[in-house]
Amino acid sequence: MRLIINKIFLLLSVFSAVIGLAFLAWILITLFLKGLSSFHFSLFLNDLIDGGLRNLIVGQMILAGLASLIGIPLGMTAGIYIQEYGQGRYASLIRDLSDIMMSAPSIVIGAFVYAIVVVPMGGTSGWAGAIALAIMMIPVVINTTDSMLSLVPRELREAGIALGASKYKVILDIVIKAAKVGIMTGILLAFARIIGETAPLLFTSETSNYFSLNLSESFPSLTVSIYDLANEPEEASRDLAWAASFILTVMVLIINLTGRFITRNKK
Amino acid sequence: MEKIFQKLSFASATLVFVLLIGIFITLYNAAKPAIDEFGMKFILNPDWNKEVVIDTPQESLATQNNLTTDDATSDDDDTIADEDDEDEDDMMLDDEDEAETKTIYGGLVPIVGTLLTTIIALAFSLPIAMGIAVFLAEIAPKNISYIVGIAIELLAAIPSIIFGMWGLYYFAPIVADIVGGYQVSLLTAGLVLGVMILPFMAAITRDSMNTTPAVLKESAYALGATKFEVIKDVIFPYSKVGIIGSIILALGRALGETMAVAFLIGSIFSLPKAINDPTISIPVAMANNFGEASGLGESALFYLALILFIISFAVISLAKFYFLKKAK
Repeated sequence: MRLIINKIFLLLSVFSAVIGLAFLAWILITLFLKGLSSFHFSLFLNDLIDGGLRNLIVGQMILAGLASLIGIPLGMTAGIYIQEYGQGRYASLIRDLSDIMMSAPSIVIGAFVYAIVVVPMGGTSGWAGAIALAIMMIPVVINTTDSMLSLVPRELREAGIALGASKYKVILDIVIKAAKVGIMTGILLAFARIIGETAPLLFTSETSNYFSLNLSESFPSLTVSIYDLANEPEEASRDLAWAASFILTVMVLIINLTGRFITRNKK
Repeated sequence: MEKIFQKLSFASATLVFVLLIGIFITLYNAAKPAIDEFGMKFILNPDWNKEVVIDTPQESLATQNNLTTDDATSDDDDTIADEDDEDEDDMMLDDEDEAETKTIYGGLVPIVGTLLTTIIALAFSLPIAMGIAVFLAEIAPKNISYIVGIAIELLAAIPSIIFGMWGLYYFAPIVADIVGGYQVSLLTAGLVLGVMILPFMAAITRDSMNTTPAVLKESAYALGATKFEVIKDVIFPYSKVGIIGSIILALGRALGETMAVAFLIGSIFSLPKAINDPTISIPVAMANNFGEASGLGESALFYLALILFIISFAVISLAKFYFLKKAK
């Protein structure tokens, strides 16, 4: 009897793993079939107004890139503070708050940026979108930096100090170098996460049909446009949405796998 | 230089604190008109964007006080103004001197929608996620566990908008065929949300299970226990607190998810009478109405955002600081 229960239980467990993988396969296959059938290289050459995706892809990259430029230095220095400088209560309070912020609903971040950036500026803008994404990114970078620095052995720091290096020299030249790979991976995963975000951009950057590099007006966003296109009744718009989703997912998965590959090689 | 760097890193750390407080204050300020107007009754009021004549009992005390002096004149204009009011309720509210009708906003429908989709998602994904976690942690050989683990984590990396589109065009029709009812409904939205949080929940539950010391498991096996008994009597009790924490953390994610739900919930401000009725959730109400909203309507959306933020703040804190801390 015990053995039968054991068998049933193991079967159920394997079965649920199969279900999980089946969903993954279903989504990916759908995405590839629908995406590839509407995919064409001219999509990279034309803007949305001419039925292409060029402006959207470039726009999304700029938004995510700018968010990284803001978010990575802030997140890393905050992570360094928590791990290297902060003592006691304050550092662990910041660590806890950053953990909470990491799981905060992204649409609420969008509403926050709408209130503090979009309203005073008088309209949606690329800056607002980038700031919203940066706020999403900061806690993830803090978390990575914090946990990767905590893995660096104490002896390395002591050796640096013993050689007469000042603390910030030790941190920048020794500790960060030792934790470089882990932090890079974390940053890549954070980047992969924000590049696929839609909700915080809906009313901050919005989107645009035209190519634009002007960050103080509505800015083209791939994800927001996918949402708009997918809800349109015409088949052509929906096909374009699938092609865009395909490109987006491929980008996200490549960044994600690159991150994992780096850590794996290191091990 | 040392000083500057230390100050800089302190400033960045403090930024987190400032941001979080800033979000609270900003949302509260933006929601203030709606909070003053509707108070806590907002949570229980099922009407959204509904026009009511000002002399009905629904009106709040605050407006009554403002309007007492004008009551006599406004009554006379009632019939005339009613017709051109329809599109301008929000603006009319800004100068209350001439308002005869006003628009009321209540948050009950999106709040209920958010909670119900989350519950459905959790009910659907919990057993599967537990099964996957057990499979990855205990059953599968190392290399299979590694590959499946990566596959599951990749599923977690797919942008939520993809889940929404796939759900709307491929998953929902099948569910609607089986259960009947609308393709966009509480049920389909909840299920797609469930698929979405599945990998996240499985991955962190597996991590909790992996904290069980090998010595404990080995001693149980040595006593002749089957795998099921080891999992049930050794691993589960040992990692219980961590697993509950993981589940609550996944719940916190589901509460705030916008895009996967936006495609499927139907975006109608009406309380669902059956599980396959369309309704709306807080994030979706914000996503779809923020652009057009102004005045009191916008403020009511901020009120919803504040409620969502407080709920998820509470849920995440509970998971992180009670369960997951204890698990360590």
